[in-house]
Order: sequence, then C-alpha cells, then structure tokens
Amino acid sequence: MSVFDSIEQARQALDRHEISAAELTEHYLRRVQALDSQLGCFLHLDRQGALEQAELIDRSLAANRSAGRLAGIPLALKDILVTADQPTTCGSKVLEGWRASYDATVVERLRASGAVVLGKLNMDEFAMGSSNENSAYFPCKNPWDLRCVPGGSSGGSAAAVAADFCLGTLGTDTGGSIRQPASFCGVTGIKPTYGRVSRFGVIAFASSLDQVGPLARSVEDCAELLAVIAGHDPQDATTIEQPLEDYRQACRQPISGLRIGVPREVFSAGADPAVCDAVERALAELEQAGAILVEVGFPDMSRAVATYYVICTAEASSNLARYDGVRYGQRIGEDDGLLAMYQQTRRLLGAEVQRRILLGTFALSAGYYEAYYAKAQRVRTLIRRDFSDAFAACDVIATPTSPTAAFELGEKIDDPLQMYLADVFTISANLAGLPGISLPCGFSARGLPIGLQLLAKPLGEGELLRCGAAYQRLTDWHRRRPENLESDGVSR
Amino acid sequence: MSAMDRYEAVIGLEVHVQLATATKIFCGCSTAFGAPANSQICPVCTGQPGVLPVLNGRVLRFAAMIALALRCEIRRRSIFARKNYFYPDLPKGYQISQYDRPLAEHGTVDVLCDETMHAIGVTRIHLEEDAGKCIHAAGGDSFVDLNRAGVPLIEIVSEPEIRSPQQAAAYMRTIRDIVRALNISDGNMEQGSLRCDANVSLRPRGEQGLGTKTEVKNLNSFRFVQKALEYEIERQAAILADGGQIVQQTRLFDADRGVTRVMREKEEAHDYRYFPEPDLPPALVSEALLGELSAALPELPTARIQRYVDQHQLSLLDASELNRERELADYFEAAVAAGAQPKRAANWIMVELLSRLDDARQPSNVSPQHLAGLLELIASGKVSGKLAKSIFAKMWESGESAEAVAERENLFQQSDEGSIAAEIAAVIAENPKQVADYRAGKEKLFGFFVGQVMKRTRGKANPQLLNALLKKQLIGEGPSLD
Ligand SMILES: [Zn+2]
Repeated sequence: MSVFDSIEQARQALDRHEISAAELTEHYLRRVQALDSQLGCFLHLDRQGALEQAELIDRSLAANRSAGRLAGIPLALKDILVTADQPTTCGSKVLEGWRASYDATVVERLRASGAVVLGKLNMDEFAMGSSNENSAYFPCKNPWDLRCVPGGSSGGSAAAVAADFCLGTLGTDTGGSIRQPASFCGVTGIKPTYGRVSRFGVIAFASSLDQVGPLARSVEDCAELLAVIAGHDPQDATTIEQPLEDYRQACRQPISGLRIGVPREVFSAGADPAVCDAVERALAELEQAGAILVEVGFPDMSRAVATYYVICTAEASSNLARYDGVRYGQRIGEDDGLLAMYQQTRRLLGAEVQRRILLGTFALSAGYYEAYYAKAQRVRTLIRRDFSDAFAACDVIATPTSPTAAFELGEKIDDPLQMYLADVFTISANLAGLPGISLPCGFSARGLPIGLQLLAKPLGEGELLRCGAAYQRLTDWHRRRPENLESDGVSR
Repeated sequence: MSAMDRYEAVIGLEVHVQLATATKIFCGCSTAFGAPANSQICPVCTGQPGVLPVLNGRVLRFAAMIALALRCEIRRRSIFARKNYFYPDLPKGYQISQYDRPLAEHGTVDVLCDETMHAIGVTRIHLEEDAGKCIHAAGGDSFVDLNRAGVPLIEIVSEPEIRSPQQAAAYMRTIRDIVRALNISDGNMEQGSLRCDANVSLRPRGEQGLGTKTEVKNLNSFRFVQKALEYEIERQAAILADGGQIVQQTRLFDADRGVTRVMREKEEAHDYRYFPEPDLPPALVSEALLGELSAALPELPTARIQRYVDQHQLSLLDASELNRERELADYFEAAVAAGAQPKRAANWIMVELLSRLDDARQPSNVSPQHLAGLLELIASGKVSGKLAKSIFAKMWESGESAEAVAERENLFQQSDEGSIAAEIAAVIAENPKQVADYRAGKEKLFGFFVGQVMKRTRGKANPQLLNALLKKQLIGEGPSLD
C-alpha cells in the first residue's frame, strides 16, 4: 500500500474508493502493533473500535453520503482528552482504570467529522514535563533516535506522527507541550489562541494556559484538523465566540509583504548555534519569498519562566485536588480513615506532579500570595503588553521552538530547572494567550530535527498558517522521515 | 446587676440563601429538594476530570435582584474565585465562590424590631456553589450525596451592627421575607434554603472598640439564632465579668441542649488559598439588566408594612403581623381589593384565619373575596357579628361564600320589625314576674329579655332593632297582646 503524505491525499484516495477506511485503518494499526514496542507512543490502542468506526465510514462513503471532512482519516489522541469509549489516564496511575462518561468537545467534533480514533497517546503525567519521561507508565522515545526523548508533554502525539502511526494527532500545550515535541520529532504542531479551542473534556493542568491543538505532518494537515476542532463551545465559558476564518484558504495566501519580527538578540543568546543557524536559514528563505524581516523585542524570558512556573503550579495545585480517591480512579487506604485515604491515594501521583502541587500550594498560601501569585499575574500583564508592542511592527514573530534539539533520556531528569528551561521560547505565548506553530526547519549534526517557532497576535492562526504553509512549499524538512524504525514485513 | 448590663453585644450575621433556580449554578442538573441520593448529578457537579463550569444566567439575575433590594453597590464585573480545601463532599477539592471582587457591597436593610426600624449595613453579597452532603452510616461507612453539590447560593454578610439576639432574629427574618417577596428563594429553613452563621463579641457599654469575637455556626431557624446568641452572649459576659479573656474560635450550636460548643480554634483556621477562577470569565451585569430589574422590583416587606400603616391606618403591630408571611399580606390585600374594610379584614385574618392555619403560608379555605363578602354582610346588618363567626367556620369547611352559607343555614339576621315584636311579645307574655320586676326598676333584667328573644330567634334578631323594640314594649309603649 502506498504511503500517504497528507490528509488531503488520503482524503482523495478514500473519496475515489481507491482505498477503504478500513484498509487505511488496518494499515496504521499494523504499523503501531509492529513498531510501537520500540517507541511507546500508545497508552491504549483501540483496534476493534477503530475498525468498527472505519467500517461505518466505508458504508457512508460507498453510498456517496457525506461522511464529514475527516471521514475515514486515522488519528490518535493525547491521553489527556477524555473519551467515553476508551480509557483516559492522563499518564497517571491515579486514573488507572478510570472510564469517563463523556467525550471531550474536541473528540466529539472529530467523531462528528468522521475521523477514526486509533487510541490514546503517551504523555508526561498530567502534562507536566518536557520529555515524556514523567509518564507514569513508560517513557515514549524519539523516532529519530531511540536514545532521545520525543519532548513533552505531548511526546506521544509528536512521536506518533513522526513514526507515521496515523495521519494526525491532538496534543495540548500549556507551556510548549505541542510545539516543543513537534520540534523534537520533526513534525508540525499548532498551539491555538487561548479560547479558540474548547477545553471541555481536557483534563486540566493549568486552566489559564492549557490549549488543545493539532500535530501532523504539514501545516495544511494541521489546518485541516484545526478547522474541525476550533470554535466556540457553550460548555467552555473561556472559548471565543468569533467565527473561524477559513484555515485552508489561509494556507494558500502568498507571503510577500508579510512582516516577520525577529528578536534576534534574545534567541541567539539562548539557543544552540546549530539551532540558530537553522532558524536563520529559514528566515532567509522566507525573506527571499517576499517576507520582510524586522527586528523586534521579546518579553524577558527569565521573567517569563519564573512567572509561568508560579501560575501553572498554583492552578495545578487546585486542579489536581480532585484526585482524592473519593469519587473515581484509584483509592488506597480507605480502611485507615479519611486522612490516610487522601494521603495514600495521592502518593500515586508522580514526583514531578507532587513537586508542582507543593510549589503551587505554597505560592497561593496566606502571606505568600502577594509575593508570588499576585506578582506573577502582574508580570503576565506586562508580557502581554510586550507582545502587543512587538506586534505593532510585525505580523508574526519567529524564534527557535526550543533552544536545543532533542536530548537523551535521563539527561535532564534529575535537574528540573534545566528541564524547565527547555520551554524558554514557548511559554511566553501561553502566558499571553497567543497562537504559535512549530515547523521543522533542519537537523542537528546528530541528525535530530530542529524547529522554527512562529507566534502571532490573538486569533492570528491564519497568519501562522499562511507563513508556515509558504515555508513548507519552499522546503522539504517536513517530508523527511526517520529511517531507523522499519522492521521486516511492515510496509509504509 | 447581671453581667449583661455592663456589656453591649456586637453581632454580625452571614446568611446563606439558596436561590430558587430550576437548575444548578454551573450545570444543568435539577435543584429539587428530597430526590434520592445522587440522582441529580452529572460530570460537572461531581467534578469529573476535564469538566468546566458555565454560569447559569438566572443565578446572576436573582443575586442582582437581592443586591438591588438591599440597596447595594453592584459590581458590573464580579470575579469568581476558588476556595480550596479537602472534604469528601466537595467534589473538585475547591468551592467556586467570590472573594475580593464580589457581586455587591455596601448595602442596607431595614429591620423592624421592638417597634423600631433599624438600618443594618450589608457588607457584601457574593455568589457561590453549595457542597454535597456526607452521610455517616452505622458501622463506620460513610457515603456522599452530591445532589446539593452545585446548588446556587448567595452569602449575605452584615456589618457588625446588630446589637441583640432579638435584632439578629429579626434581621434574619427580614432577609427571608425579602428573598420570598422577590421570589428568588423559598426561604425554607427546614430544608436548608436559608442558613446562618453569627459572629459575636462583647464590649463595655459606651465603648467603640471591638472585643474578641466567636463565630457560631449551624443556626438554621430564627429561634436558634436568638437562642444561640443569648447563650453565647451570657457565656462571654460571664468570662469577661470574671476578668477572663474570650478565645477567638468557631463554635457550633447544639440545638438539643441549647448551648454552643467549640468546633475549632483560630490556630486551626483554614488557609483557603483563594485565587481567581480561571475557568470562568467575570460575571457581567449590564446597565440594561439593572434597569430592567430595578423597574420590576416588587414592593419589599418593610415598605409594605409602612404602607399598611399610612394607607390603611393599621397599627405598626398589625401591619407587621400581616406581613409575617408574604402569602398572608397578599391575602389581606386581595380581601381589601374585594371591598373589605382594611381594619376589619386585618382583625378577621389575624384572629379567625390564623387560628385555623398551622403555617401562615398555607392557602386559606376561605377565599379573600369570600371574607370580604362576609364583612359586607356584617356591615350591612344582614348577619350579626356573633353569627358571622359560625358562618366563617362553615365557610372554612365548605369553601362556600358567606351568602351561600347564611342562606343554606338560614342565618340571616332578622330585621323585620313585626316578627321581632311578635317574639318580644311572646317573651313578655311568658315571663310576667320578670316584666313586673323590670317595670319596678330592676333594669338589669333587660339582658335576660334580650337573651330570651335571641333564643327564640336562634340568635338571628338584629340586636339594634331588638334593643329598641324591647325597650318600647317593656315600658308598655309597644303593641300589647291585651
Ligand atoms: Zn450537574
């Protein structure tokens, strides 16, 4: 069977009845079953459910009934998205065995558009981490080099796309958790504007920062998925009511005259030379294609990291209080009284999760609130203002997605501060609620992908797609695939 | 001299009112009382992973109504906050409430107590969700019922301007009357729709500073508010009189024993780690909504009492008695509207109607129009005041009009001169000795003759007519049977 490079290709093949949804689904399921033991992308593979859904779609397609924009397209979901027909663990032991009674809004929308959901993807526990090593089940590995991490927290979502386990995935991004793994795995990932995509049914880490977004092989595929999941949701009071723009159309816009802001001082100081070189080459290509490069400022990154870790831990300390063993998930120690039950059940949470709950609890405590949480909120306002100043002079801002290419498993696991700095270029966008995209733009000497990040104004997804799609028409970094995964008998 | 004569009580109340919306504050579940445990729950109100709250617009509307009625400043953008603590009946591990930017502040409520109107300041009104309920079964197992979780509440915090347990109970009653007048809560204390915590401290009379306070929880009736505060004030006064010091603590009222007990010391006070709720945008109150609500604001109980005094010349006492329950006042006004003379209607309602109702909120068997009809029959002399009571009793049983009852039972007053005169003549004829005594100057016997005539007419003789005719006939001026 031939390889599909894009959702659009697969869409056409399905519509022309060259391949059935069941065959396409079976193809990806086989790949996962043959190769995922090396990678650890899937926490749950729903072979039966996926095939049933595919057969249902095939009946619609055979009857030439409209079955939706993503009809028969195999996708997979970060295990932070709640599903009624598959387990949801959020990468944590505390939710082992839990089954939700409802679907997340984004899952509902994917299903309504006919997508086939293969399963649930590995992640750092409660999305806390930048390497996927904080998964309570097993770490996910980078398809480009199995010694390396895929990034995090949506590591499984990025690795699954890179490994060609499906045509696209959904991840969530709280401080870079879509963009950084997309960068590490050489795929494209979008973190939409805060409020553009519903968070209903997305297990909360940091409510004011979390946002769902697509990861796929190309900007156009991401646009295709974003068009389905984005938009106002009456069940999420923080979603934006403004109608969606035409994301497919945005991908086709030329970039002549597009002003790209480059905070060169900032990123050249913080990133690996190889990363800077790749980003500079990308900028030069965009300039040649008609974009205008302008120097802009960027919010103070050390300030942003500190602010981010106060806010996200504070919100997490509250959001994770519900895992107390009373109503769902795991319960330990109920015979020893209420306090013992709380304590023993909550010991199921991993070390990084416990660390963040403690930090956040401290930041909100009486006597410290002003110095930490309240101050962080004020800095957050300043960061927003810095961005709006910068966007007065440009349409998008370009930086590296991550200061480095993927690092090795175990390399930073004992140094949370180093790990936190992996998000230095991405977290400002979450603090300001801005949309961002990560595009493959080259490789390190070791052969690991490097990512270019573009940020835009709130609701500027169209500008990101315009610039990103133009870049991908000029380059083929996004078409490269890791060669070291294949085993006998499994075709691509 | 009792210790209390030396001290003045300083009391502030926190009243929780359950708003009478059909659905919960952040989800679509029913708020109906008394359903089987955990039958009115959904992923949102049970705090399942991934859920988000969405504010029920009616809750905000109702809360804005009470804020207007209590003459508060209303915040156009109030902020929800999370109050974090662990308890099995709190599904999310935090309660969504309001903290430093509540819906309303700086209000006043007029409280009638001891026939005086007291203006008590309202510090703030905020919105919040209720928690569930723990049920501790015999055998050590505990269960959680989350039907109540997410039921909409407002908390009304008074200024520490209440000075006596009676005033506290009157304040609480006033709040209840207002929320019932606004139709935003059933104010039902037995079902927990209205709950109250009290803060109380003492200070030497004449001083302005505040003493150390205690908080008394679990006051779920007007009587308990008063009893608990009376107990707590005596307790504090005795300590202070002995030269002791009050310990700041939270106490629980034990209604069975009429005492307050320590619940927790100040050192054990929770740090709720409040912070703005990131899942909810500010609650917006538009000028248009405020305009609409102000225009539609009904007359409040205190204004109604004053109007009864001014317009109907009722005493303050009667006016407030009629306004004890909204239903009673509505009944009174309906009777007046049907033509009843207000004072008479008030008397009949307070004596005859209330003696037949266990609860003044119950509907009356006698409609206000029928009561007005009865009063009309009395005024026009068609029935006597005395017979009217038995007519009322029969109306109560059958639900018929006074006319119909009087007709059926033949209870109309006899005002026909000829037939009354005939009855008088018969009585005079039957009692020659008494007639002779009367004519000899024993005028006290007049009543005896009245009684005899009434007996013959089964009480229906028009008393004025009877008196006049009897006098004439006894002194021999009337028609005689000689
Ligand atoms: Zn509910």
